This record gives sequence, C-alpha cells and structure tokens, in this order.
Amino acid sequence: MNFALFFLKRLLRLLATLFLISTIVFFVIRVIPGDPALVIAGIDASPGEIEAIRATLGTDKPLAAQYFSWMGSLLRFDLGESLMTRQPVMKLILQRLPLTLSLAFLGIIIGMLIAVPLGVLSAVKRWSFWDYFGMAFSQAGIAIPSFWLGIILLLIFAVRIPIFPLFGSGTLAHLILPALSLGFARAAVILRITRAAMVEELGKEYIITARAKGLTEKLVKYKHALKNAMIPVITISGIQFGYMLGGAIIIEQVFSLPGLGRLFLTGIYQRDFTLIQGGVVFVAAVFSFINFLVDILYSLLNPRITLE
Amino acid sequence: MEREPILTIQNLKVSFTTSSGSFQVLRGISYDLKEGEIHSLVGESGSGKTVTSTCILGLLPSPSGHIDSGTITYRGKDITTLRGEALRLLRGKEIAMVFQEPSRYLNPAFRIGEQITEMLILHQDLKKTEAEEKTRDLLAQVGLGEKKDVFAKYPHELSGGMKQRAMIAMAISCGPSVLIADEPTTALDVTLQLQILHLILKLKKDFGMGVLFISHDLGVVYSISDRVSVIYAGRIVESASRDVLFSSPLHPYTRMLLLSIPDARRRGHRLKVIPGRVPEPRDIPPGCPFHPRCPQAEELCKVTTPETRSYGNGHSAACHFTEKPWNDS
Repeated sequence: MNFALFFLKRLLRLLATLFLISTIVFFVIRVIPGDPALVIAGIDASPGEIEAIRATLGTDKPLAAQYFSWMGSLLRFDLGESLMTRQPVMKLILQRLPLTLSLAFLGIIIGMLIAVPLGVLSAVKRWSFWDYFGMAFSQAGIAIPSFWLGIILLLIFAVRIPIFPLFGSGTLAHLILPALSLGFARAAVILRITRAAMVEELGKEYIITARAKGLTEKLVKYKHALKNAMIPVITISGIQFGYMLGGAIIIEQVFSLPGLGRLFLTGIYQRDFTLIQGGVVFVAAVFSFINFLVDILYSLLNPRITLE
Repeated sequence: MEREPILTIQNLKVSFTTSSGSFQVLRGISYDLKEGEIHSLVGESGSGKTVTSTCILGLLPSPSGHIDSGTITYRGKDITTLRGEALRLLRGKEIAMVFQEPSRYLNPAFRIGEQITEMLILHQDLKKTEAEEKTRDLLAQVGLGEKKDVFAKYPHELSGGMKQRAMIAMAISCGPSVLIADEPTTALDVTLQLQILHLILKLKKDFGMGVLFISHDLGVVYSISDRVSVIYAGRIVESASRDVLFSSPLHPYTRMLLLSIPDARRRGHRLKVIPGRVPEPRDIPPGCPFHPRCPQAEELCKVTTPETRSYGNGHSAACHFTEKPWNDS
C-alpha cells in the first residue's frame, strides 16, 4: 500500500476531471441563450450601452481569448470575479459553503441513522414486520420529492406546531427540517443497499465458520456480517453526500436558506458566467475530494482493496 | 484396546425442503468416532458427505435443511435437539470444523489473529492479551510462526496453504475433542495437501482429538485414516479399518472406487471408472441404490434394500452378494 503513489494518481485524475468539467461548462453556458450584459443593462438600454457593458465584462472578446484567460486564472486557483457583483467568486462560494456543508452533513447523518439500523434489521429479520416497514419506507422515500416533504414538514412543524423556525438561518434549529427532507430520500437509497448487502453477507460461507466457532448470533451478525456489509454502504453514502452538496438547490429554495444552491441558481438566472463556471468547478472538486475520502475509508473496511 | 466412541451417529435422516419439494439427503446413516481416531467418510460428490458434517453442529442451511429422525450422541448425550446457547457452547469448544475452501470460510474483513482471538475470549474466558498470546502459540503450532506474522495479516494476504493452516489453528484453539475436517485439502495443490495431512496427524497425536475426515480422495484417505466408511446415496455402504477396507473390500462400490485410483504400477492400462453417477436425492432407485451401476447386480438388488451386515472386526457392508467372487478386470 503505497499511499504517496495513490495520492499522486488521484491528484492527476482530479486535475483531468476538473479540466474537462471546466471546459465543458465554459462552452455550455455560452451556447445557451442569454447575455449577462443584457441582464445588467435592462431592456431599455441602447446597443451602444450594451456594447460598453460587454467591454467592461470582457465578454466582447473572442471566445478563445475568454477561454484561455479563464483557464489561466484557474491554474492560479483564481475563480475570477462575479460579473454581477464584482466580488471574487471564491469569496462568494466560501461565504455560502458552511451552510450547505452543514446541511449536507446533517442530511447524510440523518439518512444513515435511519437507513443503516433499519436496513440491518430488515436483513436479519427478513419478511418480518420490520422488513416490510423498511420496504414501505424506502418506496416512500424514493417516491416522495424532497421539496414536497420539505413543504409538508414546514406546514406541520413550523406552522401548525411551531417547534422549528419557518425561515431564516444561522442555528441548528433552522437546519433540522431541511436536513430531514434531504435525508429522507437518501435514507431510502442507503436502506436498500444496506439490506441487500447484509442479506448477501449473511449467506456467505464465513458466516457458517463464525457459527461453527460457537460465536453468539450477535457477534455473527453484527460483527462478522456487518463489517463486510458496510463496504457498499459507505460508498453509496459518500456519493449521496457529494450529490447533496450540489443537489440541495431546491431544498434551499423551499427553506429560503442562503446556501450554495441559491447562489448558483441566482448565477444561472443572471447569466453570471464566471459564477456558474466557478461554482461547477468547485462542486466538481469537492465531489472528487469526497470520493477520495470514501476510497480511503473503503480500504480501511475492506483490506482486500489496497490504495493503488 | 477398545475405546468408547465419543461421537455416535445413529440412523440419521436429513431432508431438504425446497420449492420443488422435499427430499432426503441422508437416509439413515450410522457411524461413530472414537477418541484419538481418524475416521474418514469417503464418497463421490452428491453422496451426502458434507451434509453429514454440517448437521452435527446444527449448521444445516436454515430453514431448508432439517433432521427428520435419528440421533447424534456426543459424550453420551443426544445433541440433535440442542438449540441456542447449549448448542453454541458445543460449537468450536467441543466439536470444531475445518472447511474445504479456506478463502471463502475465513472472514475477509478481519485479521487472522482477531478471528482466533475472539473465539478464545468467548469460550475460555481469557483476557484480550492472554488470548492474543495463545493465538500466537497456536499459529506457531500449525507452522505459521512468529516471523511470518500471520497474526496481523488478512486472509487475502496469505496463500491457500497458510489460510488452511490458520483455519486449523482456529479449529483447535479451544482444544476440541472432535475435529470435523470437510475436504480440508481438496482446494490445495498436492505438496500442500501432504503438509496439511501431516499437520492433522500431528495434532491428533498431540491433542488426542477424534477426527472425522471427509474426502472423496482415496489416496488422501489411505494416508491418514484409522477407519474408513464409504458413503453412497446418503447411507454408509461399507465400513472397516483402513487396512481391511483397502485390502479386502466387500461392497462392489468400494471395490470399484479402489480400482479407480490411478496407480503407477498399472501404467498403460486404462483407468477404471464407475459408470453412471450418484443418483439425485429426489430419485434414488428402489432396492439397493447402487444396483444400476453395479456389475454384480441381480434381480434381488432391484427390489430389496440390503441390510448392513457385520463381518467381524468392525467390518460391515450393505450388499446382498458380498460372497460372490469378484473379477477385477
């Protein structure tokens, strides 16, 4: 297990990913209709005024020149300035990041806290009440859109029974309901993986050995089978976590949370090219980093995987 | 010196129930095992060998497999009805098992040391450090000594032979009186087979365990056994001490099995094979189950199942025509 080599390979892969992503996003947002200069100038502006704004934004330059200038600054870890607010994109992102990060983190924790015990129980007591309950739960979790769940949760726990604040942000209480609506759908996916993995592991030969050794059923199931079953569960949870970082847009709208999702959504509405580009590259980098962490965790759980 | 059997299986019948119906895999099997003895069960694939071993410790696949009737007596106590904690205390501590494919039967996610240590902590009430120390001793005893540091290795880091040694170390860790070895050498190549067999012989001598050795390989069986029983279609068809069985077999099936061993002295001759195959448990022929493959079969064999008869000196066979002259060619 050569960690340095593993790290280097991963770093190269990350760079290649980021290069591709930044190139694709650069051209895609310029292909779709819309012009940031028009957004700034408004509908009454004269063609001359629009030209002037384009010149200050730099969007009047040839596409190739814009592309190389953007790539050049990327190499210096500079995501550029927002076309609209003239603030560094990095600064805007970092301002919003903690909220989205805590939301995603809380969401995945809630998801795993529901899914793992219920999934294990479903697998251990197959075709019991708990198994059917778990199946019904995951069906519901996949079917129910999280924004709808978010609205219902708000109606119940912020309007009818005002335990949680209706809007605003800054405290843990503001995050519980959105995290719950996010975590519910994640739990549905993780539960199915947990159950399937656990059922599979319980049918493996080493379980017969564990029983033949005279281990208690508790040890057989919750030590020998569970550790192996956790391998796919960790992978899925990591992917789900990364997904939530970029995918909390709608939930942030529902709960009016000033997170990354809202920042990027505003950027798209306003055709804020640099903000969109920076946002996508940032999320891609975070996503890759999470996958990297998952791989390390994975190798700790599964000794057959070596970090290479 | 005649010793008391430590494990006696009497008229055991085991069935499997699947979606396509219920069928009997063991159809009244009887054998016993004495202390310090290696008793081999030989048979072709599908004859019921593995079920014979797994049902002893209540490890039949649940819920499909179940014991219909018969008794398994360990140290004078019927253990077929044991459940839960009573059964658990027997497993690993009194009767231990070694399986065919160590790479599948060892847990891939735990270090070898941990897989043995946990057993010692549970069965022998040892503290963690004591159990670890004992585990290292055990590993050394099976030839996986200090310098190989197998203790801290994961199963996938070991070769097949080392894995099987580790499996054996695990099995003997709590000083069981009975070791059930289900084809322990089948998955290994020939040189390793020999090492593992020597190890089992040595451990039998050192600890006085009774070993129930299950195999389809007559060469292996000859080199290790004190007693041999031949199993066919869920029944013992012949049982004798090794030397008697190999020199004067009575049952045609045994005779044919022996003739199917490749022998360097008969180089150039065509190797004998037994025509046909072991019948599926769901369509065992009436009468003697071996009669469709038996060159000696007569009308009687097709209708009447032969009783197991004793021929003295612990030699028994279940065939109507054991006295019939046998032509080897």
